[in-house]
Amino acid sequence: MGRTMKGIRVIAISAALMLSAASLHAQQAPQEPPPEAAVDWDKEFGVTEKTRDPVTGELPVDPYVQSNANAGAAPFKGDGMARAFGGKDGIRRIAQSTVARSEADPRIKAIFEKHDMGRLRRTLFEQFCYILNAGCDYTGRAMPPSHKGLGTTRADLNALVENLQAAMRENRVPFAAQNRFLAKLAPMDRHVTERGEKRLLPRR
Amino acid sequence: MPFSTPKLILHGLRRTALGAALLLASPAQAEPLLDDAKLLLTGGVTSVDGASGGGLATWSTIAGRGSERAIGISAHVTGIALPDYGWQSHGLALGIHDRVELAYARVNFDTRAVGAALGLGRGFRFNQDIFSAKLRLVGDLVYGPALLPAIAVGAAHKRSLDGAIVRAVGAAAAKGTDFTVSATKLLLSRSILVNATARLTRANQFGLLGFGGGKQRGRTVQFEGSLAWQASRRLALGGEFRTRPDNLGIAQENDAFDLFAAWAPVRNLTVTAAYVDVGSVATFKGQRGALLSLQAAF
Ligand code: HEM
Repeated sequence: MGRTMKGIRVIAISAALMLSAASLHAQQAPQEPPPEAAVDWDKEFGVTEKTRDPVTGELPVDPYVQSNANAGAAPFKGDGMARAFGGKDGIRRIAQSTVARSEADPRIKAIFEKHDMGRLRRTLFEQFCYILNAGCDYTGRAMPPSHKGLGTTRADLNALVENLQAAMRENRVPFAAQNRFLAKLAPMDRHVTERGEKRLLPRR
Repeated sequence: MPFSTPKLILHGLRRTALGAALLLASPAQAEPLLDDAKLLLTGGVTSVDGASGGGLATWSTIAGRGSERAIGISAHVTGIALPDYGWQSHGLALGIHDRVELAYARVNFDTRAVGAALGLGRGFRFNQDIFSAKLRLVGDLVYGPALLPAIAVGAAHKRSLDGAIVRAVGAAAAKGTDFTVSATKLLLSRSILVNATARLTRANQFGLLGFGGGKQRGRTVQFEGSLAWQASRRLALGGEFRTRPDNLGIAQENDAFDLFAAWAPVRNLTVTAAYVDVGSVATFKGQRGALLSLQAAF
């Protein structure tokens, strides 16, 4: 009797958690669905399987309008900044190092888990390259939709900025040029962070 | 039994484990009270009034290394060696959500031989407590619109611990409160930090010689300006200017300026070295000397 009750409770709890888990993340269909029930759980939960692009290995994203305006900042004029960053090659190394450092950074690594880092490496490079006027177009999404639901904070942003600074230092970008680049990114703060200032007094 | 309950449960459990892992991985986990998350040097150093800022000026920075979802704390000790005097101060500051700053500082001002000349006794010390509060109203030092500085209002309540003596010197009161409005911005595109502060005050020599006097009893508006160049993530070089009231009948008071270097050798420590000129102090002219300040911040 006690066992049955326990079993029912487990089923109830796991069903509730299944719902939340399924809504949180796409995943494979069960290997052996109950034959006579023949329920397609993926269909039941509205889960669609995403297939990686055979060439780039990237996962598809919801459709959006491509535009350089999505980069969120106007590009520099002239080629001074592009040169300070070591051209496209230097910019690629800096974008990739920023992503690699952030994925390994205990402060923020959890935020990047389960995201398409191949796509991020590419789009971040494009964004940097476009803003630095090094001859790229930005094909990624705008900043607000890209960071929606990530729950990021100012502290996370500062951690990312420190990783970007380390990447720029590593690639011998002069400090004044580093700051000039950060000046383009700094106004995006409220677009790339989601959880703002904590209230001083609880809401009444 | 045709209905394969165990498998369903197993399947559910697998999802549960995944769900739990995702929940754990999500950033919405318990946030630390102290997050040590400000960018280097962006909490400022500790000013002669105990509030965060430059050496002479109060900036619209909030003390400590906490971001807007945490708190920060800082502690400092400062020494200034002048030809005829020695300044020593120390204090604590608390920053809440990068929005509110509460600070306490104690100033001990050694008159050395001047003490004897003034009839106070050799090595007489003027002491002062300063309790201050600051509220950042809008803007940010680093982020947001490039032309919107962080703007803050502040109050500093100063209490001379030598009431009888400062009154004998001619001060109208031994206690006084300064009010400040400041705007501070790090112009990243130029690596330049700019600050401008207006201070409503009647403090004589920062309050060490009391408040108000024969020449001017009440508060006047004074100006504090700072300009600093961020040479690297860890090093800023700059200069400051601070106008001061001239209230006391017996001694002239001059404007003050400094040239400083602020260096953060590690995340939680800032060393400030400066050349300071405060002009004439209690009739002893040409008080220029060296300032050294250490600040630990979390
Ligand atoms: C100014 C600062 C930032 C810039 C310029 C930036 C730039 C970008 C870009 C270009 C993308 C790709 C857009 C696309 O896929 O179409 C992206 C996505 C992403 N960013 Fe940021 N980002 C910033 C701040 C942050 C911060 C602070 C975090 C967290 C610590 C973060 C985490 C992510 C994640 C996890 C994704 C992938 C989202 C997804 O898979 O849908 N970003 N960001």
